Amino acid sequence: MDKIMKKLIYLVASLTFASLLGIVAYIVIKGLPNLSLDLFRFNYTTENMSLVPAMITTIIITIIALIISIPIGILTAIYLVEYANKNIIMKFISIAIDTLSGIPSIIYGLFGMIFFVTYLNLGFSILAGSFTLSIMVLPLIITTTRESLLTVSDSLRQGSLALGATKVRTIFKVVLPCALPGIFSGIILSIGRIFGESAALIYTAGTVAQIPENLFSSGRTLSVHMFALSTEGLHTDKAYGTAFVLMIIILLINFLSNQVIKKISKEK
Amino acid sequence: MSKIKIKDFNLFYDNFQGLKNINMNIEENKITAFIGPSGCGKSSLLKSINRMNDLVDSCVTNGNIYFDDKDIMKTDVTQLRKEIGMVFQNPNPFPMSIYNNIAYGPRTHGIKSKEELDKIVESSLRKAALYDEVKDSIHKSALKLSGGQQQRLCIARALAIEPEVLLLDEPTSALDPISTLKIEELLQSLKDDYTIVIVTHNMQQALRISDNTGFFLNGELIEFNETDKLFTFPENEKTENYITGRFG
Amino acid sequence: MRENFEKELKNLHLEIETMGNMVIKVIDNSVIALTKKNTDLAKKIIAEDIDINNMEKKIESHCLNIILRENPVASDLRFISSVLKIITDLERIADQGADIAEISLYLSDEDFITPIVKIPQMANIAQDMVRKSLEAFINGDLSLATEVIEMDNRVDELFHCLKNHLIELIIENPKNGTQALDILMIGKYLERIGDHAENISEWVIYFLTGKVPNI
Repeated sequence: MDKIMKKLIYLVASLTFASLLGIVAYIVIKGLPNLSLDLFRFNYTTENMSLVPAMITTIIITIIALIISIPIGILTAIYLVEYANKNIIMKFISIAIDTLSGIPSIIYGLFGMIFFVTYLNLGFSILAGSFTLSIMVLPLIITTTRESLLTVSDSLRQGSLALGATKVRTIFKVVLPCALPGIFSGIILSIGRIFGESAALIYTAGTVAQIPENLFSSGRTLSVHMFALSTEGLHTDKAYGTAFVLMIIILLINFLSNQVIKKISKEK
Repeated sequence: MSKIKIKDFNLFYDNFQGLKNINMNIEENKITAFIGPSGCGKSSLLKSINRMNDLVDSCVTNGNIYFDDKDIMKTDVTQLRKEIGMVFQNPNPFPMSIYNNIAYGPRTHGIKSKEELDKIVESSLRKAALYDEVKDSIHKSALKLSGGQQQRLCIARALAIEPEVLLLDEPTSALDPISTLKIEELLQSLKDDYTIVIVTHNMQQALRISDNTGFFLNGELIEFNETDKLFTFPENEKTENYITGRFG
Repeated sequence: MRENFEKELKNLHLEIETMGNMVIKVIDNSVIALTKKNTDLAKKIIAEDIDINNMEKKIESHCLNIILRENPVASDLRFISSVLKIITDLERIADQGADIAEISLYLSDEDFITPIVKIPQMANIAQDMVRKSLEAFINGDLSLATEVIEMDNRVDELFHCLKNHLIELIIENPKNGTQALDILMIGKYLERIGDHAENISEWVIYFLTGKVPNI
């Protein structure tokens, strides 16, 4: 029985690795030959599907979305863990947050379109897209922050309070620094989700392939760019090239953030 | 002289009465030990003295505890905890450097000057008999210390805010015998300057270091007496049965 | 709870009872050896003194072992420390008994200068004191222990009578002096036995009340 189980586990694991490797290999094989300097031109034209504007848009949208969602998310998590009474309403809020993090992104997209694009009259814009995505990643940041706050031992809180520190000081000087690696990985996950998001952005930030002039202009992120290229059907090769670049960027972000987390943890 | 006076003190957790009508005077510059089986209320009483029980929502108390004749419930809790330090069962150094651990308390109470903090850190480490062991790694993480060193660091951290009373909640139960002895030695050297109250499961420890011992059972203070007296001729049969191991 | 410890304590009870009985027998026999001029018995007493010494050592090491292993407190601590004290007194009593037996050896080929009356009386009371003090210890009987302390006065009285009587005999005839001194010694030994029994009772009182005796 043990042996069969062990074999099964090995099998499943190798299937996972195989499919992962398969995808990566596929993108590399299909994408690498399609990379050309033209793809990195500053301007997007109908002849040259440059991905630089999309890259810039991605970065702008990510930064704005995070600027909004990180403070709100962290403070909400602090409230939930450190202040809220454990009553039924709190339970309901917790369930709501967990549910929100599982909702398909297209629903956020529709909400963003109705609320930001139409109701607040922002139009298809970087701003509407960023707002929508900040709402989308909020549950993720809240839950990861909450989890890591919960792992901080109560004895540390008591130690700080017993020295006469206030609750606020205890949270910001002791608890939050301890939770930092966890919070950080939540932010990384959020960046990943924003980078990979297309559905929610098509309805809110639009698909204009140029570098946005201001926050009210429409713009497409790399994922949307890829989606557009492949649905148009004319430039699937360029889509593969973009996919390759996107993959490299995400690998890079993961690598860098892992280094940062390691550094934070080591300092303790 | 009594440093802390406890008068008709009761404590409840929801419907459970954790402490029943406790009256005791804790003497200055003495080590007072609280002993008794788990759940007897000794830790609850300890935590009431610096109002750590305020943090437990379900905890309600009545009666009074006086610290230097001031009602602790009418004292600002920050100030109270500055004057009554606490060390916990498991060493709980903050995940920061040794220096920052000790400077945390003084900084909390508004000391910012580096020279002053340097002085406090060194003297606190010396008082806790830890200075020689850590003087070269004072800016390294406190989590790299051994369990016994961590606990002495926690004592140093508590001493850094210059309290008058030191409360210790089973401070050696997580430590090996050598570290335990070091802490016991330390406590005895500290009693000239501090009033020490220690909760312990280890009766031999109470015997070794304390001047007075209180025995608690089911939320009641059964007997409070000089340690020598309590352990050679206890007045109450329940005390006798507990300390001689003929309990329950 | 602490079943092994309880067993050890019970063993100590038994051992001290055994030692007590040995000692009481020594007191009885030493006086019999004297009055009946029984040299064999006297020699036997002297020879067996070593058994009592060994018994003391054995009980002592048991006590130290219990202290080491069990960290006795409260009544247990008082019990163990009383045992340690009591066995010393018992051993001394046995020594006095042996001393009496030794003197009875010298006296065995002499005629007594006076009928030996006070000595058996004293021995009776002293022996009774030892027995009662041990009984008080084993049963935790405070009033019996106090009674023993009272009894010591009668031993002291008898000793004084004996002394005065012997002084008269010496005045009557100085040649009586040698034997009179021997008999006085025996009386003194019995009087010491009474004191030791009193000590034992003091330790019983300490065991029961925590009051440290001022011996």
